[in-house]
Amino acid sequence: MSTPGTTGLVLEEGLSFAQSVKGRIGYSLPPSGVPENDPTAKLPKTLLRKTPATLPEISEVDTVRHFVRLSQQNYCKDVGLFPLGSCTMKYNPRITEEVSKIPGFANAHPLAMPEATQGSLQLIHELQQYLAEISGMDFVTCWPSAGSHGELTGMLMVRAYQTSKGNPRKKVIIPDSAHGTNPASAAICQYEVVTISSNKDGILTAEAVAGVMDEEVAALMVTNPNTLGIFEENIQEICDVVHKKGGLVYCDGANLNALLGIVKLGDAGVDLLHFNLHKTFSTPHGGGGPGAGPVGIKKKLEPFLPNPVIVKENSVYKLENRPQSIGRMKAYFGNFGMLVRAYTYIREFGPEGLRKISEMAVLNANYIRKALMGTYHLAYSRPSLHESVFSDKLQKDHGIKTLDIAKRLMDFGYHPPTIYFPLIVHGSLMIEPTESEPKDSLDQFIEAMKLIAKECEEKPDFVKAAPHTTFRGRLDEVKAAKELKLRWNP
Amino acid sequence: MRYIPHTNEEIQAMLKSVGLRSVEELFSSIPESLLLQKPLKLPPPLDEQTLLGQLESIAARNHTLPMNRSFLGGGVYRHYIPSTVSDLIRRSEFLTPYTPYQPEIAQGTLQLMFEFQTMVSEIYGMEVANSSLYDGSTALSEAILMAIRIGKNRKTVLLPESIHPEYTQVAKTILKSFDEHFVTLPITKEGTIERSSLNDYLNPDLACCVIPYPNFFGIVEDVRDIVEKIHQAGGLVIFSVTEPLSLGLFESPGALGADIVCGEGQSLGLSPSFGGPFAGFFATKQTFLRQMPGRLCGMTTDNKGKPGFVLTLSTREQHIRREKATSNICTNQALCATQITLYLTLLGKEGFKKLAQLNWQRTEYAKQKLSAIPGVTLPFPTSTTFNEFVIQLPKNADVVLKDLRIKNFDGGISLDHWYPNLDNAVLVNVTEWNGKEDMDAFANALKGSIQ
Repeated sequence: MSTPGTTGLVLEEGLSFAQSVKGRIGYSLPPSGVPENDPTAKLPKTLLRKTPATLPEISEVDTVRHFVRLSQQNYCKDVGLFPLGSCTMKYNPRITEEVSKIPGFANAHPLAMPEATQGSLQLIHELQQYLAEISGMDFVTCWPSAGSHGELTGMLMVRAYQTSKGNPRKKVIIPDSAHGTNPASAAICQYEVVTISSNKDGILTAEAVAGVMDEEVAALMVTNPNTLGIFEENIQEICDVVHKKGGLVYCDGANLNALLGIVKLGDAGVDLLHFNLHKTFSTPHGGGGPGAGPVGIKKKLEPFLPNPVIVKENSVYKLENRPQSIGRMKAYFGNFGMLVRAYTYIREFGPEGLRKISEMAVLNANYIRKALMGTYHLAYSRPSLHESVFSDKLQKDHGIKTLDIAKRLMDFGYHPPTIYFPLIVHGSLMIEPTESEPKDSLDQFIEAMKLIAKECEEKPDFVKAAPHTTFRGRLDEVKAAKELKLRWNP
Repeated sequence: MRYIPHTNEEIQAMLKSVGLRSVEELFSSIPESLLLQKPLKLPPPLDEQTLLGQLESIAARNHTLPMNRSFLGGGVYRHYIPSTVSDLIRRSEFLTPYTPYQPEIAQGTLQLMFEFQTMVSEIYGMEVANSSLYDGSTALSEAILMAIRIGKNRKTVLLPESIHPEYTQVAKTILKSFDEHFVTLPITKEGTIERSSLNDYLNPDLACCVIPYPNFFGIVEDVRDIVEKIHQAGGLVIFSVTEPLSLGLFESPGALGADIVCGEGQSLGLSPSFGGPFAGFFATKQTFLRQMPGRLCGMTTDNKGKPGFVLTLSTREQHIRREKATSNICTNQALCATQITLYLTLLGKEGFKKLAQLNWQRTEYAKQKLSAIPGVTLPFPTSTTFNEFVIQLPKNADVVLKDLRIKNFDGGISLDHWYPNLDNAVLVNVTEWNGKEDMDAFANALKGSIQ
């Protein structure tokens, strides 16, 4: 079978530091052009650096080769399917990169006068309105730098809101299927985390929420669709239960890719929601960031929006600091470059296009789900949206674990799905193909998954030793943690 | 819909294979009352050509001046970005991979994280660094949170007035729900930390003191005496570095006794981009390693004994420790960190030093030239500065800066809304972009604008 591969020519490449040769240069600097002024003679000796930083001394050619060789050791979205559940690794349009490099955006200094940066402010203001429309929220702030930073921003707003009602309250309810950042963000705001279980269908019930809901609960943090890919169908009732006791509902928007133009979570009663622009709105993941995590809110939370707030007056954009604001979340403004990419993406698709994204993302996920049902154990039988969770239950008898299946997939030229998450499914394999994969790509992936299932029965030891064809074999993570080596030493 | 590959025939075939008749049925698990009946109210779709035109016209509403006509700094610096950096960073293999949780197929990203960690440790003069946080301001908040964790019952946080004002605002926002207390340390007439103000806080409640280095006014001061006092009182010293290039010339925070060093990496190869994305630097002593937030890459071997890299010490992180994690941060700024690594690899040991010297030399020239203008003074005349300094004007700074804009200069940052005592003061930044002619022309323009 043919699959996009990682088995081509891959060159060994040592650390740049080890290639250093004294006197080699990769830089070119202009002459100072001002009267000679030797800092080492003019500056107090106590202030001067004694030991220079040991940076590599290599030429430009060597630098280029170093980076190109290293780049070739990476699997990336642009070589093939990246079926990472909950992470939404879709194709990244080239135009979004292009526009973020337009000099008017790239060279804009954040401390220039607002008169000189009206374009940036306009783009952010409009993006905030688009995101509000998409989610059914009243306002959006684009300042948070990542989904987790958005959660923190949201929880600080929850705290400010509850405090303004006379009591910051003590607890936050979080389902056991939540992302690890949810409890961590609540904890940084000094909230005690109350964990709640989903039912046998993988969803929350209003009764379960009512069981732990009291007047010391500041908020419920829910992910919808949840981390099993299932729509929390009781969301409206759940919001009612929480609101009745004065709590707020925060929605983790990590899975918004399933709902564009289909449902507005704001209509269901959600009070706060964050967007992972790098997932749904296609900022390349960059090997782990940068991202952007705007937060949408309902009107009652407006006074607490982080400063500064962009307001439009007679077609002029202004920055406003508000007295009840939670304050500033980051110096300057948000991750503006990411905002430009998301804005561009939304403008290219338009309303029908955005809906089509979700339709095809859900169709692709269901196509894989149906095809692999029976070959792999499906954790929950409820209909799912843009992702589905399998487990290693059917392969366990051959001594095969999820990790082995994941590693073997690499030999077929695929990045593995998300594994061992959500924690509520033992040995989980969470598959999310996204809308950008064509049918034949899905068929190839399904074929590879089926072949691996067969191998698990016929040659389990071979599977357990995977990957076999990658640049590096299975890496020893225990050794890395035990014999910590976190930097090169001269 | 060029990014969605499905043809109608394929959609029908796929629907059939999942046992559905229509696309709408895919959403049957959603209560009908929630399903949208109307399309979203958004502008209509655009073709690529029109889209690019629209974005260019929005960008044109930013009146961005050429880099050599700008003297804006304040924590975001306009350094030249070599073509090699801008070109290589656009490779798909850096742009489009995921966080390297599957190390066998992510060695490129991982090795660069390891090289980045080494470079940050070297520049800061510290033992260990992580592979980046969001930016300099959030990194400072994380540093303070870390110091409070280490100090257990210690709650006092000393923040000099000379820290980047927005960094202070961020720290106060993020730590709002803690019962620590922030103390603002005043500055002297020379723009340095007022030493005597420390004395009241050298007690068992002292958690940490933050030292801006260089400070918001561009001033580099010898802080060994402060470090010693804080350490004697059992507190930690955090250095916040907004311009890491300064460390090509000035003593490293590690050599001055820092316990935690954090700061911004933007000036090493990233464009100003209206304030982001940037990359936060973060380093500490080996002793505090397990309290350090953020991603770490470690060296190991594979099953054939070949060297390789993995993410490590994740037991401190949110995906394992959940509410007990050292931080809620889920990722790093990998792509920005890669770009910085590229930039520093090109500059190398000598280039880093020489570029720092060049920035200092040109700034000294500008400082002399501007302060020689009748009516313009230096409020901190004897302080050592790196590539930034404060001038005081004889009339309203905003009025002067607006007039300079008409003459096509971004003359600096007006300081009075942060520092009401520094009336009519402007923070001026000079980098390798600003040649002698630019500085001379700027001085001439300024002379005209204050008349």
